[in-house]
Amino acid sequence: MRYLGFAIILFAIFNACQTSFEPKTLPILGEREAGPKGDTIYHTIPDFSFVNQDSQVVNNATFAGKAYVTDFFFIACPTICPKTAKQMLRIHDKFKDEPNLLLMAHTVAPKYDTVAALNKYAQNLGVSAEKWHFVTGPQAEIYGIADDYFSVAQEDATAPGGYDHSGRLILVDKNRHVRSFCDGTDPEDVDRFMKDIEKLLNEK
Amino acid sequence: MKNSIYVLVLLVFLALSACETYPYQQGKILYTNFCENCHMADGSGLKGLIPPLAGADYLQKYPEKIPCIIRNGIKGEMTVNGQVYDTEMAGIERLTEFEITNIINYIHTSWGNNLPVVEHLQVREWLKPCEKNVKPF
Repeated sequence: MRYLGFAIILFAIFNACQTSFEPKTLPILGEREAGPKGDTIYHTIPDFSFVNQDSQVVNNATFAGKAYVTDFFFIACPTICPKTAKQMLRIHDKFKDEPNLLLMAHTVAPKYDTVAALNKYAQNLGVSAEKWHFVTGPQAEIYGIADDYFSVAQEDATAPGGYDHSGRLILVDKNRHVRSFCDGTDPEDVDRFMKDIEKLLNEK
Repeated sequence: MKNSIYVLVLLVFLALSACETYPYQQGKILYTNFCENCHMADGSGLKGLIPPLAGADYLQKYPEKIPCIIRNGIKGEMTVNGQVYDTEMAGIERLTEFEITNIINYIHTSWGNNLPVVEHLQVREWLKPCEKNVKPF
């Protein structure tokens, strides 16, 4: 009898875990402020305007009504970028036919990663700007917006290749809110991230 | 006393069987540290940017070129399994010929590769064309 009670308690605990740790929708990440009427103002990606591998302007309107996954990289990166690109490619392939998800990679080395260089890079990856934008722009603007994506991007002579940046992949929803992120060098974390993407796409 | 002998025998056996499972442990560690970021943990490379090492015909066709590529890097076009690649690879000059040998043997015996094991004296020969960078060890 004693055991039965114990078993019931254990069962209840496990059940509680399952229900409370699997929220149906993704949280909105970042700092919040109270608005004038007591409403919550969430962290929002500001206006931006960059140029992609086909010399097209890419700005917030490019992602109107769509979610996107974004990261920071540079072509000559000798460290984490190829691994991160490989994981971005997995996401690209999985959601290739999903019209409501796009990808955008920002170069942190606009000095070297020209439109032509980005074009060749995208071609060698076998991807097109309809799905995956490789963008460049004024360095200060790219480094500035990295903060909004909770990412690091900076020039650093002591870093391998001359630039320092995080390998995070960030998921942004159609309302410009950050909803999830992962370590782009860790395939298992990316598995979890792809489930988050599906969850977001299923939101009404 | 007798017990400690059993333990010793067991330890030796474990050590030997560990050797058998991971014949190029140093090569694997060096690969992880110096090669894996680009060529990937499974040797698959990255699409048209970075050539694969798993199942790469280049390894079979030009084994003599590999040690100098590891030491000095490579620039310009190369063809692997029919695909042209021209991403520059940086060399890893600090590696000794023993370390290079271990990396090559790890690559030659991993991910389904079944290429002949190379001896370090052979690697020393193959390093001669790029000798200027040979480090004492």
